[in-house]
Amino acid sequence: MNHPILSLNQINKSFGPIDVLHDISLQVSAGEVLCLLGDNGAGKSTLIKILSGVHIPTSGQILMDGAPVAFQTPRDASNRGIATVHQFGGTFPLMSIGRSFFVGAEPTKGWAPFKVFDRTKANAIAVKAVQDFGITRIDDGDRLVGGLSGGERQSLAIARAVYFGARVLILDEPTAALGVKQAAHVLRIVNQAKKRGLAVIFITHQVTHAMAVGDHFAVLIRGAIAADFKKGEKTREEITDLMAGGQAMAELEAEIDHQSH
Amino acid sequence: MEMIRAFFSRPAAASILSLIGVIVFYVLFGGVDLINLAAAASWMNFAANLGIVAIPVGMLMIAGEMDISIGAMIPAGSITTAILSGYYGLPIEVGMLGALGLGVIVGLINGILTLRTTVPSLIITLGTLVGMQGIVLSAAILLTGNASIPVKAPEWAKSVFGQLLGNGHQIIIVWWIALTIALAFVLHMTRYGNWIFALGGDKVSARNAGIPTGRLTISLFILSATSASFVGMCQAILFNSAQVSGGMGYIFNAIASVVVGGVLLTGGFGSVMGIFAGTLTFAIVNQGIYFTHIDRNWSNLIIGITLLVAMAMNESFRKLALS
Repeated sequence: MNHPILSLNQINKSFGPIDVLHDISLQVSAGEVLCLLGDNGAGKSTLIKILSGVHIPTSGQILMDGAPVAFQTPRDASNRGIATVHQFGGTFPLMSIGRSFFVGAEPTKGWAPFKVFDRTKANAIAVKAVQDFGITRIDDGDRLVGGLSGGERQSLAIARAVYFGARVLILDEPTAALGVKQAAHVLRIVNQAKKRGLAVIFITHQVTHAMAVGDHFAVLIRGAIAADFKKGEKTREEITDLMAGGQAMAELEAEIDHQSH
Repeated sequence: MEMIRAFFSRPAAASILSLIGVIVFYVLFGGVDLINLAAAASWMNFAANLGIVAIPVGMLMIAGEMDISIGAMIPAGSITTAILSGYYGLPIEVGMLGALGLGVIVGLINGILTLRTTVPSLIITLGTLVGMQGIVLSAAILLTGNASIPVKAPEWAKSVFGQLLGNGHQIIIVWWIALTIALAFVLHMTRYGNWIFALGGDKVSARNAGIPTGRLTISLFILSATSASFVGMCQAILFNSAQVSGGMGYIFNAIASVVVGGVLLTGGFGSVMGIFAGTLTFAIVNQGIYFTHIDRNWSNLIIGITLLVAMAMNESFRKLALS
């Protein structure tokens, strides 16, 4: 039995009078993918922001390796190994791959005050990191990130997170803006990260993608966990119904059926 | 082929081509004697005074901000030097420190206001521009009764900041080249330079990556305001007097040089070499026309066309780099 790296215990978040998250309890262990499913407006972004240290929960506890932690800034969260990859890569399109990979943590050579950014080393490490994940098309660290495809940019961001020692990888809708082939690429990389022992929290509203990589699923509806189940316990239709509020979908289908006759 | 591709991916590519293009145009259609032009001081002096201001303005643009208050900081620098060391007869060191110190203060104000409010830096520096113009004029009139103030600097100050070498070349040219080399090193070779590009590319991601974006922004504003007041200070020492007016032209000229130089208006892309070449291009168009038999009234049209052509080139080269 794997001890959870990250657990949330009865997390609530309100912004003034508006309650966004209610009593969220979740956990994720090393080598496991937790899929957080939910439609737009369910509170996924707020939950990610709490996990990555952008917001502080109104009440409840966050535990890492069993011990309570509090993140005052995003830097706190990333220092503890929680890496967040956002939908649009969060990488810098007009920078080279090497520079973008090492933003904030640039390798240098020489002595102060003439410490120089070590471009060759940065490029070599960045290219190797992304090739280790199976993206072989990237071989020149001087190329601009903007010249990569959406899937490659996501892969670069994930490789970066893993390189900098992430233990928990939070992926915010990584496949939402990608075509079928590119999405498959990213999912393959998620599996790789999982094999390397990371805990992955995969946020999405695409059930097919979630089912391809998920070990454990939680459905978020209007700020609360509506369902929590392991792989194989529910079918794709059941999950989609859950997310869309089941009954509403069935009624809509009946209405459309009725109108076409 | 790879080398050619590599050249065109650089932000400076278009500005270097523009520079060559403009010189060729003047030689072919303006009957310019290249040797004569090369030795002339007018465009070099123009370029140096403009260049010292353009590079920090360009770096701010790369970081995603704008500073137009430089238009008032140049006369502010010269008037401060003249009031302190000319009118009040204090040692020139006091005048110089006063001018530079004023740059630091205004830069701080610009930076803090940009960080603390949601007002875009273009508007904030517009406010400081107009405010400083008022302060400079009031100070000059109230304290000395004159809008033009004489100042006589001692020998050592004149030789370091206000000398004429060779054919009428101002020593500020040396300062310009030194500053270009220093800032090119910082922007392209150090990690602070990487932070500046990151800040301009995606402010939120830059902050999340642990970059001290606040301090970085304020430092850049201080650099730009102080460079402008430095130029004013040198002019006061060189010409032995300071005027309240002047400086407004630098705003457009600096932005034009920066944009021709390949800096993206929205930030995150550009180079010091490009800004240097852009400044040279602008200076040659502006001053080189006096060496041609073209009517000098056409100079603004030529500048306009050069700007548009350079921007179009920059756009295509950037698309090439992103492919």
